[in-house]
Amino acid sequence: MGPRRVAITGIGVISAIGRNAGEFRKSLADGASGIRPMQSVAPGLLRFPNAAEVQDYDPARHFDEKDVGLLDRFAQLGVVAAREAIADAGIEWTPELRERTAIVTGSCVGGQSTEDEGFVGLYKNNSGRVNPFTIPRIMANAGASRISLEYGITGPTWTISTACSSSNHALGQAFWMVRSGSVEMAVTGGSEAIFSLGFLKAWEAMRVVSPDTCRPFSKNRRGLILGEGGAALILEPLEAARARGARIYAEIVGFGMSSDAHHITQPSPEGAARAMRAAICDARIDPEQIGYINAHGTGTIANDSTETTAIRQVFGEYANTLAVSSTKSMHGHALGAAGALEAIATVLALETGVLPPTANYTEPDPSCDLDVIPNEARRAQVEYALSNSFAFGGLNAVVALRAWQ
Amino acid sequence: MPDDDLTQRIIDVIAKTQHIPAEKITLDSTFQELNIDSLDGINILFALENEFNVNIPDDAAQSIRTVREMVDGVTKLVEGGAGSSEQPAHAS
Repeated sequence: MGPRRVAITGIGVISAIGRNAGEFRKSLADGASGIRPMQSVAPGLLRFPNAAEVQDYDPARHFDEKDVGLLDRFAQLGVVAAREAIADAGIEWTPELRERTAIVTGSCVGGQSTEDEGFVGLYKNNSGRVNPFTIPRIMANAGASRISLEYGITGPTWTISTACSSSNHALGQAFWMVRSGSVEMAVTGGSEAIFSLGFLKAWEAMRVVSPDTCRPFSKNRRGLILGEGGAALILEPLEAARARGARIYAEIVGFGMSSDAHHITQPSPEGAARAMRAAICDARIDPEQIGYINAHGTGTIANDSTETTAIRQVFGEYANTLAVSSTKSMHGHALGAAGALEAIATVLALETGVLPPTANYTEPDPSCDLDVIPNEARRAQVEYALSNSFAFGGLNAVVALRAWQ
Repeated sequence: MPDDDLTQRIIDVIAKTQHIPAEKITLDSTFQELNIDSLDGINILFALENEFNVNIPDDAAQSIRTVREMVDGVTKLVEGGAGSSEQPAHAS
């Protein structure tokens, strides 16, 4: 018996361009950007005034007061997305299934807003003590643990932190576990909520955040736009999904990882190319079968030209006919949640036959000479797609997906 | 002509940040010669902002490739008063 095929049977999203999967889908198809003036931090304190924040999020609509006290915003966003995905998949829980279900999530910095707040009290206000909920709120696995508690899921549960690749690494591990038969189901994805002054100041010092908007692959791009959100996917064996009559969004067919071993912050085309090749190889397909890539596409000078070079290294001449877009132009760069948000954007593209555009695109760049689907979504039924994530630290993770017919 | 004292202070900041002898750094040194990569560059800018209490805008920072360009840029900011008015020196 060969490896099992793996179906995606549930999706959940909360992001700057939609508080559920339906809204997210519509925004992607409309090319509607969620980049707006930042609300979390008072104007004038940062060189970058704009962000991709979840709009009108009210914790009380999702959690009781006690839970709000225990869960940092990043964990709340992860749980909200997981609830939607689990409900969407129509899972009928049994004790056996709970034991054979994995939860694998990604987060770059966990509850660092809680940390910021607690330490301001200590260092600035001389409070002399820190809230006892600080530790359970800041731990990067807080969201995964809450999902486990809420649904009584007792299978393997853990969280991966590989900066901007976190949730693609999570998705890949969950996929491999379902494919190999070590679990019967996986709840996977990621979440991030980074809008605290201390962390934003650290990003300001990196000098990679755009002072206006995110224009991936555009010659006049000026950097990334920070975002937040949660995204979750339900994975299960294709045959089991069909047997129970579940809605199948797409298949996840391959996963590839690599490490640049090049520089702590500068990307390398070779590392990115190796991860794409590894995902294609793991999917047992040829590069020419890929019809769409959801790019890492941060909108920084370095990433977009490096990623273009990497795509050309992998696909050669075929890169000229390959559709590539960066949905970060709409939902921003949600760091550890980025991979999961973009995997869902890719799943929706395969499912609906509508490829999301690269929004805010204004000027071609010879160093990013790909078909980047500028500004308007495109009708195209694609069979295979990749979703790229490349992290600071040189850690790359690429997921390969297939349309379900 | 750049101010000599200011130039020396900037060279000292670069030397300290990069852990290299100040004598190795001249106005004509390029970042490449000094083995200063993009991450080192933003670390030097951070140190210079602290040393001179100025704010160096991102756009200006991106084009700097030599010590002379760095000295010229910082000189303008220092002579211009409090530096860039894009943001306060310290967030409250």
